[in-house]
Amino acid sequence: MNKTVKNPRGPVMGRPQKKVKKGTFGRVIKYLFKFYKGPIILVAICIVLSAIAGASPSIFQQTVLSYVEDALTMISGDSSTENALAAYFPLIIITVSILIGIYVIGLIASFIYTRTMAKVTQGFLHKMRTLMFSKMQKLPIKYFDTHTHGDIMSHYTNDIDTLRQLVSQSIPQMITASITIITVVCFMLYMSVWMTLVVIVGVIAITIVTKVIGGGGAKYFVRQQISLGKAEGYIEEMMNGQKVVKVFNHEDKSKAEFEKLNDQLCQDATTANKYANTLMPIINNIGHILYVLIVFVGIILVVNKVPNLSFSGSEFLQIATVISFIGMSKQFTNNISQLSQQANAIIMGLAGAERIFELLDEEPEADEGYVTLVNATEDENGNLKESEKRTGIWAWKHPHSADGSVTYTRLCGDVRLNEVDFGYVENKIVLHDVSLYAEPGQKIAFVGATGAGKTTITNLINRFYDIADGKIRYDGININKIKKDDLRRSLGIVLQDVNLFTGTVMDNIRYGKLDATDEECIAAAKLANAHSFITMLPDGYNTMLNGSGSGLSQGQRQLISIARAAVADPPVMILDEATSSIDTRTESIVQTGMDSLMKGRTVFVIAHRLSTIKNSDVIMVLDHGRIIERGSHDDLIAQRGKYYQLYTGAFELE
Amino acid sequence: MFGNIKRLSKCIGEYKKSSILSPIFVMIEVIMECLIPFFTADLITYIEFYNRSNGQNVNPPQLIDFIMSFGVTNYLGIVGVYCAILLVLAVLSLTFGALAGIHCSRASCGFAKNLRKELYSSSQNFSFENIDKFSTSSLVTRLTTDVTNVQQSFMMIIRTAVRSPFMFIFSIVMAVIRGGVMALVFVVVIPILLFGLITIARKAMPIFRKVFKKYDTLNASVQENVHGMRVVKSFVREEHETKKFENASSDVANDFTRAEKILAFNSPIMQLCMYIVMVSVCLLGSYLIISSNSVVFAIGDFTATLTYGMQILMSLMMLSMIFVMTTMSLESANRICEVLDEKPTIENPENPVMIVENGDIEYENVSFKYSQRAEKNALTNINLSIKSGQTVGIIGGTGSSKSSLIQLLPRLYDATEGVVRVGGVDVREYDIEVLRDAVSIVLQKNVLFSGTIKDNLRWGNENATDEEMERACMLAQAHDFVMSFPDGYDHYVEQGGTNLSGGQKQRLCIARAILKRPKILILDDSTSAVDTRTDALIRKAMKEEIPDTTKIIIAQRISSVEEADIIIILDDGQINGLGSHEFLIENNEIYRDIYTSQTKSSSKETSVEGDDSNE
Repeated sequence: MNKTVKNPRGPVMGRPQKKVKKGTFGRVIKYLFKFYKGPIILVAICIVLSAIAGASPSIFQQTVLSYVEDALTMISGDSSTENALAAYFPLIIITVSILIGIYVIGLIASFIYTRTMAKVTQGFLHKMRTLMFSKMQKLPIKYFDTHTHGDIMSHYTNDIDTLRQLVSQSIPQMITASITIITVVCFMLYMSVWMTLVVIVGVIAITIVTKVIGGGGAKYFVRQQISLGKAEGYIEEMMNGQKVVKVFNHEDKSKAEFEKLNDQLCQDATTANKYANTLMPIINNIGHILYVLIVFVGIILVVNKVPNLSFSGSEFLQIATVISFIGMSKQFTNNISQLSQQANAIIMGLAGAERIFELLDEEPEADEGYVTLVNATEDENGNLKESEKRTGIWAWKHPHSADGSVTYTRLCGDVRLNEVDFGYVENKIVLHDVSLYAEPGQKIAFVGATGAGKTTITNLINRFYDIADGKIRYDGININKIKKDDLRRSLGIVLQDVNLFTGTVMDNIRYGKLDATDEECIAAAKLANAHSFITMLPDGYNTMLNGSGSGLSQGQRQLISIARAAVADPPVMILDEATSSIDTRTESIVQTGMDSLMKGRTVFVIAHRLSTIKNSDVIMVLDHGRIIERGSHDDLIAQRGKYYQLYTGAFELE
Repeated sequence: MFGNIKRLSKCIGEYKKSSILSPIFVMIEVIMECLIPFFTADLITYIEFYNRSNGQNVNPPQLIDFIMSFGVTNYLGIVGVYCAILLVLAVLSLTFGALAGIHCSRASCGFAKNLRKELYSSSQNFSFENIDKFSTSSLVTRLTTDVTNVQQSFMMIIRTAVRSPFMFIFSIVMAVIRGGVMALVFVVVIPILLFGLITIARKAMPIFRKVFKKYDTLNASVQENVHGMRVVKSFVREEHETKKFENASSDVANDFTRAEKILAFNSPIMQLCMYIVMVSVCLLGSYLIISSNSVVFAIGDFTATLTYGMQILMSLMMLSMIFVMTTMSLESANRICEVLDEKPTIENPENPVMIVENGDIEYENVSFKYSQRAEKNALTNINLSIKSGQTVGIIGGTGSSKSSLIQLLPRLYDATEGVVRVGGVDVREYDIEVLRDAVSIVLQKNVLFSGTIKDNLRWGNENATDEEMERACMLAQAHDFVMSFPDGYDHYVEQGGTNLSGGQKQRLCIARAILKRPKILILDDSTSAVDTRTDALIRKAMKEEIPDTTKIIIAQRISSVEEADIIIILDDGQINGLGSHEFLIENNEIYRDIYTSQTKSSSKETSVEGDDSNE
């Protein structure tokens, strides 16, 4: 069964658990600026403009209404409506015209801002994704061995998603809300300090309620998450084992068990949601109560002609001012709750950004190698010369820093391990004092239980991991001096776990050598005995494969991966359980392909089927990181040691 | 589409009351909320009148008469009554809003619970054929993510989706009452907004749908890369991969940008409409107030129209959002319904046979296809007869339908043609539970569950005593390693048995199957990770300890089946050969082939460690 992309952290809900590192926010902004300096500045200006445009109507409304009030007073003072209109309506038209002007600017700004933001956000995410991906390609295998694939994947799914939220919504809305609040507070103070205080009281009340209910809710949301995790874990386990459930008639029991978890989840979810769902109406209506308070206080001030304290200098509070305070208080409270909502989202978004930065900050695979692999020609004296063209002859180009000279060594595939010690973690040595010599064209086999260190040895040869002590030489050169890319190019590898990539069969074979012609690929497929089944596929070599290689049997996929290694034509091959997924009868068919592939190459074979490795030149029996026996099949049988026991089935390695 | 919604709404069940109460309360909340600006407007008009006329009511709003008829006549008293009314309205709105919230949580969480419960129990009733149809991961998604999606939209439907249209309608009504002619501005604005929102949704949605698929593909390719990192690095294809990814990623980014640029019209359009309302109210409203001396339109009406205008536009905006989100969760709803509507392909007969006499097995002209649409038979024309207590070996290449053959016995699948008999009775006549208790199968892809070893063993027999468990484990050669754990039989097995080796898992699975005391025991490649010696010990123990049980062994290794009474050679779903080891060596080419491939130089084929091969 294929593992699907899972979300290891569960849905993002409740409060973030971890404090965000300082500087993360600055780093997000820095990256944004790095990629989109111009657009970001443009967006920032437009956000400010559109926020001010959104907040300003209250002051125009107040002006208009005060004209209206004055006009009405004029009418009460026995003036005709026509006169009052003539006196005040032009003023109103002027005020509204200014308002329209501001609106037009606001609309244009908001139009520019949203369109630019769409582009910036998506472009930014694309750049971050690519940064992550290219960084990931540079990480050592150790990273992939020590992080679960689900965790790595979640950088691309969850973390990128929270980053999108952060950049496209949270930050702009935060700015909009802040600007609106500042603008509104300015207007309020301009109109009346006393009334402003009333609004502030209301805002404090709202903040307290949000804290109390939100805080209580957070607790229950955590509980909900725990029950959800339990229920989903159970679902997953049971769905994975569904066939076993059926075979053991366990259906009713599993239903009963699930019901318990489900009920608990329902209970916790209900409580958590009650908090969340009641918060909005409560805040809303506190806003309404604030309304009443404003009207009430305002009227008392108006009626009693209490001296107004304001920056506009108006002596008494006008009804028009009280009315616009109603509108402004709404704007104010809305934006305050907007801010508190966004604060959470921002913390969550920053946590995501931080995880992305963690990946970007990972130490890349170090490579101090300076010996490179070059095409070469050989003159009649056997001297090697570097060549631009592909010559079929490869040589190691070895510059010597001491005297500046360059020597060329022909690539043959001679691999020697000298007293090698190694441990994946420090102080836990898994390979002890391993020495071995593989001459060009030899077939070396490793036998041993899981954990004996077979794969580890191959991991060292291609430098997925570096040895702790000892020496590995390749054609006489210490492999630490060889550039990793060139070293790996000279090694072919076929693994038990076949990884094919989405693409055609031809693409997958060509993966071994990107500039291979179709003919070369087909020749490689023929060599691996894969040609006949490929031609039987619906579209032959152009058949599309997806990641899991569905539609192909395990054995067929293995054959393609062998062809992939064959087209690369490396002097050294590593076959790590390459044929274990193939039944013995099919294996004998594959074997012919394998044999022709192995001809003339140094080959390291790991297999648990002894029949696969019997014809090796040397067989190494590994036990707990040590080579305990070595020799040809016949030698080892004659020795009557562990290999003999394994071979006769008298010994169990677990 | 509507059929599915109807189907799902059945799951509301006992939460019907809350599901109905929630929208009712929301409605009351909305009415209260819409009344607040109404009274505020009255109050403002009154104050303005009073203020201007210095205590003499020139033309008081009608409500004032009503209040004054209660004897409240002074200015502050009237203001106080108004404020009291407003407070009561706010408190009522708060109460009903909160009540709606509570009922809404109850209803939506309960609904989700019922959905999960029904989904879970229908998945438990699935036959193997049904299970094959839905992959494990897709079932898990349906039970988790899809249910959450549907729950979210249900919550929205009974609350926000009720609230918005009500808000829209009441606000319009109120705007007309308060604003009179002024309300005409909405005739202009609402179509603009509606047209804008619908156009945006219609243009953006298809792009989004397409790009989400692309996005999934992109993430799948990352996963592929992570899985194949060793290959990538071995072939030095890091740059190649990065370039490939960059292209795909920028493609996705471009499509997203296209869609979001369309979506970006949303907020300017909303703003435009709000601004139009604001400007026209400011201009026309003030003209009306002055020209009619507050008779047609008063200052209070001015503010009320603005407030209602905002509410009308906001509710439209919300509606479009709800529309988009519910259509997105429709797909989840459809996926859920697929599971709910799936009929189990195997069900109990009406008057089932409740006892399995013995372990006799008979296949009569049996053919089998995995699905009706499959072109090829998995099994063709199988005829077999096995006596109770015999040991049968089945051997054949991958894909030769070995597993298919034996899965017909406990009715994990039904034969497409022909009859399979156990104990002389057609398997389709048995009670399924009785049959499956009698035919115990150790599946090739077997699973242990999180819990102690004992918990796992009890799957075989709930009431098994410690002695019985130990005996079964001894038989399966598992007792020794179980005892080597500090907690022995109480050793905790992690989910999927990850803290046990392949061979240990297999032996525990065998012990679990033995505990059922079956009439027929089937081992489907169940000792592949066990070394040959232990394998032989298990076979020996089975022969000696449970002699009456029919034993069927599917294996890759000849050595596992060599001593069986009958060996069946399957090739491409047909019986290619049948007989004893000696007979087959003489007469069967395939058997001979396998035999020689495993024993090239006279010695036996051995496996050093876990052969985790599967088909």
